[in-house]
Amino acid sequence: MKIENPRSRAYKIISLIILVILAFLFLFPLYWIATGAFKPAADIYAQKPVWWPTEWVSNNFQNLFTKRSAPLYQIGSLEGPTAPAAFRWLINTVFMSVMAMLITCLTAAMAGYALAKKRFVGRGILFSLIVCAMALPKQVILIPLLKEMSALGLYDTLWAVIFPTVGWPFGVFLMKQFSEGIPGEILEATRIDGASELKTFSTVVLPMVKPGIGALAIFTFINSWNDYFMQLVMLPSGNNFTMPLGIASLQAETSIDMGLLMAGAALASVPIIIVFLLFQKYFTQGITMGAVKG
Amino acid sequence: MANPSKTPMSRALQRRENVAGYLFMLPSLIFFLGFVIIPMFICIITSLTETNMTDPGLFGQFIGLRNFSNLFQDEIFLKGLKNTFLIVIVSVPAVCGFSLWVSSAIYKLKGPVLSAFRCIFYLPVVTGSVAVTVVWKWMYDNYTGILNGVLKSTGLVEKGINWLGDPKTAIWCIILILFTTSVGQPIVLYVSALGNVDQTLVEAAQVDGATDLQVFWKIKWAQMMPTTLYILVITTINSFQCFALIQLLTQGGPNHSTDTVMYYIYYTAFKLTEQVGHFGYANAMGVVLAIFIGALSAVQFKLAKEK
Repeated sequence: MKIENPRSRAYKIISLIILVILAFLFLFPLYWIATGAFKPAADIYAQKPVWWPTEWVSNNFQNLFTKRSAPLYQIGSLEGPTAPAAFRWLINTVFMSVMAMLITCLTAAMAGYALAKKRFVGRGILFSLIVCAMALPKQVILIPLLKEMSALGLYDTLWAVIFPTVGWPFGVFLMKQFSEGIPGEILEATRIDGASELKTFSTVVLPMVKPGIGALAIFTFINSWNDYFMQLVMLPSGNNFTMPLGIASLQAETSIDMGLLMAGAALASVPIIIVFLLFQKYFTQGITMGAVKG
Repeated sequence: MANPSKTPMSRALQRRENVAGYLFMLPSLIFFLGFVIIPMFICIITSLTETNMTDPGLFGQFIGLRNFSNLFQDEIFLKGLKNTFLIVIVSVPAVCGFSLWVSSAIYKLKGPVLSAFRCIFYLPVVTGSVAVTVVWKWMYDNYTGILNGVLKSTGLVEKGINWLGDPKTAIWCIILILFTTSVGQPIVLYVSALGNVDQTLVEAAQVDGATDLQVFWKIKWAQMMPTTLYILVITTINSFQCFALIQLLTQGGPNHSTDTVMYYIYYTAFKLTEQVGHFGYANAMGVVLAIFIGALSAVQFKLAKEK
């Protein structure tokens, strides 16, 4: 064992103090959203900093919910009852993120398994193509994608955001990494037992790559929720707004009503932060697995 | 690699593998080819044409490399390129250095404390660029912003600083926000890489009398090279694509001091609609940006391989 000398001990304590200060600084914007959303106008416009609301009010949220309205949902020509637009934004965002998550997990799990375990012709080339595409600047392809989407009649629908998210190759890459760990003998044994490919996949492969699917699910959900640029390009009309787009449009409209904007920011970020905190174990796993051998 | 490839496969078996492999790949391939690869080709082809956003067809008239030659005489584009490089050159080393330091300070802490720190540094990413930007805009505000409020009440400045309105400070304000939203992932990666460093090597070096610093650079740093490379590449890509902050905070102003290539692409495609061929022009910028990112990633790979 090495005996710690006093200098490295002092260094450890100092670095811990700096870390705690940094942690507070990183949390501060969130704190500012959370308190700002409940501050009365007098606190918001005060020239001297008001660290804690002098009075907790709900005006900002009332403003947010009464400012604009939209039908709660639209399926074909079927329209839901009129509701605050913010609710519609929330529904849109949840639908978009959940759909992107489900389709990505399914397609990526299948493709990842094939790339890891099936010796088909052209597998090497396909895999290198996928790895190279990951280094593409994602935002650059969105401008031409817009034209493609409008040719397909998908422009200004939530699918225009969902499909490109599914197409992004990170998920396939991640699931390939997880599928490498499936022992070949088990697959061989299932095949000798006469199980079909699909049955092997659903009863043997899927249960074994479950942690990978968990990681990919949470990763896709959060990224899709927050992918502002893609939403901005693909969803021009108010009824299709997502939370980020809604908040951005409020900001463009009233750049001074900070209380309202903080209420919007809180509504946009609290659900996703809760999801992150609940599943952060999987999330961390996903990030690290994606980088191994990257 | 798994065993099936070791023994030569019978023809029937190979065919079975081909069919099954491609059937499993198919759903994913449709999305990948349709919404990543095809738009990439559209991008390259339209960059050589005079196309507008509202044109009925996908491609307008072929004009060769004219978009590209115009690009390098376009002062706003060149300014955007300069700003983009400034952002990349400042933020990439800052993000990597900072996350390496934070990770090496926290990776030995107890489980819950470690995850608390990791979470806190990741939260700005999860919060989402729009919510983060909106709150920073308020904090930077001339009159009601907390930053000026603190500076004034401590007497450091008399009059509030116009953080986002001054061409000298605006870009640094943006780099700061970009920094706070970029360190989360590198920290997660470095913490896990530090945890995976081969302990027997570390102990052997310590027995030989190596100092902590020597152990760090000679063993841990060397073993973490792949992680560092990955972090460099993703941070570079992200910094190059800096967009939401610009669009929501400054819209490239004041006086184009915060224009980035990505913002100018968006601006050309969506706002410069009266300029003939603006869509092709925007895509030409996209191609240039992709080439820069690709070249820089390749250089980083090469440097890391040599080490």
